[in-house]
Amino acid sequence: MVPPHSSSGATSASAYATDALAAEDIDAYLASHREKGLLRFITCGSVDDGKSTLIGRLLYDSRMIFEDQLASLESDSRRHGTQGAELDFALLVDGLSAEREQGITIDVAYRFFSTEKRKFIVADTPGHEQYTRNMVTGASTADAAVILVDARKGILTQTRRHSYIAHLLGIRNIVLAVNKMDLVGYDQATFDAICADYAAFAGKIGIDAFTAIPISGFRGDNIASAPSPQTPWYSGPSLISHLEHVDIGTSSLQDEPFRMPVQWVNRPDLDFRGFAGQISAGTIRAGDEVRIVPSGRTTRIERIVTFGGDLEEAVAGQSVTLVLADEVDCSRGDVIASAGDPPESADQFDASIVWLSDEPLMPGRGYWLKLGTQTITASVQQPKYSINVNTLDRLAATTFELNEIGVAELQCERPLTFSPYAENRALGGFILIDKLTNATVGAGMINFALRRAQNVHWQALDIDRETRALAKGQKPQVLWFTGLSGSGKSTIANLVEKKLHAAGKHTFLLDGDNVRHGLNRDLGFTEADRIENIRRVGEVTRLMTDAGLIVLTAFISPFRAERDLVRAMLPEGEFCEVFVDTPLEEAERRDAKGLYAKARSGKLKNFTGIDSPYERPENAEIMIDTMNISPDEAAELIAARVLGIWSPQL
Amino acid sequence: MSHFAHDPKSPVTVSEPSPLRLNHLDRLEAESIHIMREVVAECGNPVMLYSVGKDSAVMLHLARKAFFPAPPPFPLLHVDTTWKFREMYALRDRVAEQAGMDLRVWHNEEARQRGINPFDHGPLHTDMWKTQGLKQALGHYGFDAAFGGARRDEEKARAKERVFSFRTASHGWDPKNQRPELWNLYNTRLAKGESIRVFPLSNWTELDIWQYIMAESIEIVPLYLAAPRPVVERDGMLVMVDDDRFPLGPGEEPQIRSVRFRTLGCYPLTGAVESEAATLSEVVQEMLLTTTSERQGRAIDRDEGGAGMEKKKQEGYF
Repeated sequence: MVPPHSSSGATSASAYATDALAAEDIDAYLASHREKGLLRFITCGSVDDGKSTLIGRLLYDSRMIFEDQLASLESDSRRHGTQGAELDFALLVDGLSAEREQGITIDVAYRFFSTEKRKFIVADTPGHEQYTRNMVTGASTADAAVILVDARKGILTQTRRHSYIAHLLGIRNIVLAVNKMDLVGYDQATFDAICADYAAFAGKIGIDAFTAIPISGFRGDNIASAPSPQTPWYSGPSLISHLEHVDIGTSSLQDEPFRMPVQWVNRPDLDFRGFAGQISAGTIRAGDEVRIVPSGRTTRIERIVTFGGDLEEAVAGQSVTLVLADEVDCSRGDVIASAGDPPESADQFDASIVWLSDEPLMPGRGYWLKLGTQTITASVQQPKYSINVNTLDRLAATTFELNEIGVAELQCERPLTFSPYAENRALGGFILIDKLTNATVGAGMINFALRRAQNVHWQALDIDRETRALAKGQKPQVLWFTGLSGSGKSTIANLVEKKLHAAGKHTFLLDGDNVRHGLNRDLGFTEADRIENIRRVGEVTRLMTDAGLIVLTAFISPFRAERDLVRAMLPEGEFCEVFVDTPLEEAERRDAKGLYAKARSGKLKNFTGIDSPYERPENAEIMIDTMNISPDEAAELIAARVLGIWSPQL
Repeated sequence: MSHFAHDPKSPVTVSEPSPLRLNHLDRLEAESIHIMREVVAECGNPVMLYSVGKDSAVMLHLARKAFFPAPPPFPLLHVDTTWKFREMYALRDRVAEQAGMDLRVWHNEEARQRGINPFDHGPLHTDMWKTQGLKQALGHYGFDAAFGGARRDEEKARAKERVFSFRTASHGWDPKNQRPELWNLYNTRLAKGESIRVFPLSNWTELDIWQYIMAESIEIVPLYLAAPRPVVERDGMLVMVDDDRFPLGPGEEPQIRSVRFRTLGCYPLTGAVESEAATLSEVVQEMLLTTTSERQGRAIDRDEGGAGMEKKKQEGYF
């Protein structure tokens, strides 16, 4: 069985047929190939647009498919193929058995081929909407996107979605490959109409330039050489030729201000201290003055160390180890930057977010945010809007569901060193990780900072929190009581406050009643509202500790993530989690307010312990087992700890 | 037409190659080094799987570069089957010492006691010595991240795998539920018992590996170069008789032929190719002109139909 060759016969004489030189003079061949550049691109398109066939074609034409693979392809084509007696190239790239059985692409596949000018890494991305997250994965590292359109169908909803995502992820080289031209008789008017349609749409989403090429992945027209005899009216480049020449902007990245996120501090012995990382922008030379961000300290580059010897100069993209002239404090997460033009730091952002998880976004909940080499706690506020990527309409949203894309504000527990994504992918792209399941649940791109934390320094107040605490003769802290309804939180907290007051301490007790009736009276009991409730309480406790107070709180606060969020808001050691551990049966038996009875009868929804979970603290500073200790004894212990006369052995 | 960004009459000019223009090997090297440093910075107890093949050789070389002037801050682990080529064992011990790294060799004791071997036990040999052996070793030492030298161009299931391949507590791979992997941001967070397999060479091709070996003068097992060696032909495969454990069939007699190997595994399972390519450039030349894929000589991929590798990975194979 022979695969169909381009009717032009041009494929066999393609730009990437390199056999001759390799056979004749291998050393000359290798020398010419050593200096090849690298281009990463994605292919995307609707179901049946022929993506996988195109990639199979590229691999086949560039001799990346071997006889044994061809043999198994032939047998697979007969079993699962959709091309009748012809080879089904799609089966070469759909590598998972589920994909081959269903005839669809589920996950990104990476494929490789090279021509005389470049090496290519192709990410074949799925077209189905439910695999949007996999397309985003492929697009995040791509320099170019080849968007396939079936000439018979024109621009479809999926074409728009893929174009939007490619553009959102910062891909500026867009190729509109109008495929299956063989099935429309290589008709120029069809091609022109599709180009005009696409141009109208592309302009709306900010794509200001693209390259349209009429092709047949199946027949090979305008893939390796152009114009195919079938399209004499086409005067542009072949797909390969275009991909070989397209500028990917690596040289302009080298001209930008220097940035290197520190990955790892290399300290083999006392005589060497180097900072290892991959340069994300700019050029660095020994002797250059640099600034460590966020600390702001400046120093000079003493050496650029590599295994092959010290370098005079290093550029964006290289992984190096820098030795600094002075012993400045610098560690993983810091960014070494050009002294005169350092990146900003901020703790609130406007960001575009793609949701990747089956579990929807919980606004207000703390997630791990990883950007560059920084990992911090951040929460996403209620979305400003989500985008209907098919119509580009902005929709009101209270959360993001799987595969949804939208814009929201981000709040970080401490400042993040960043660049807007449009300026630098490495310092503007981030992922969000669920703290409990460890799943990567979201990806985002920073649009801009909402307020500048670093460039505009905080107004240095003459009276600071230390001064206020000193005036009160106490260490501000939060005693955070958590436990089931009826576990005894409020009872014990009240007793503790009395004891502290008696000892001359300045305290304040926040509990559900005084907060729910005022500050948070707009909140209900849905999961999202309960998170917001705790977040506000956290902010209030922070203000009160700034004022020097010892704050006691008594909230069920059932979710670990929210308790940790509050913990992260406060300086180290000022958050003391007190777990009032009463078994559910006992709390229900006491049922002082009659709430369990109501919940059991269905009159009260989302009641912790009944139809809403309680996540037990794992590392509470204090555990109170109410089955073995009276409220007064418990209060005595806690007060003793606050007053500093308590030792852990007790 | 305005939407033709590229005017065919005036070809796009590529910026002149300057000394600092990174070529494809530079970019691959920088990416691999970045991956290795992320693992060391974020994982508690990493290890590098070392199989003595050419990909392992490149991976180890990259590790030395990534952490220079320190030695790579993790041990090397060889999950041995006792059936590797003798030349592989010799090189293994030498390079570990050169790199200043701790080499740990793991043998599946149960496989040894039961006398599992490639001649009598077929796929069970690979399963017990390699897959089970690997799981035992990772569990025994409590490694939470293990580097492997697999490349995406090798095999179609590997083409789908992430650089950081998350494994359950039973070492299984769930291809339908892989963590999204965006930019160069890798999520290394694990629950107790879970682990990550990390593939720093994911984006390298076989040709890249050879070019890099030549450019960096990396020492590899001489078996990759053609030399006269004793072989017998079995099931269409040329198998080298590397020691006296090789049971010769009736009428079977080793012949001396000029052969080399494209990949190296257990010698009874690794097919040789007839070749006169005695230098690296000749090997690359043959590779460029060949018509069969690299793993074609590996019996292991053909087990269980087309989904052989995917299935093995789900069971915990690298």
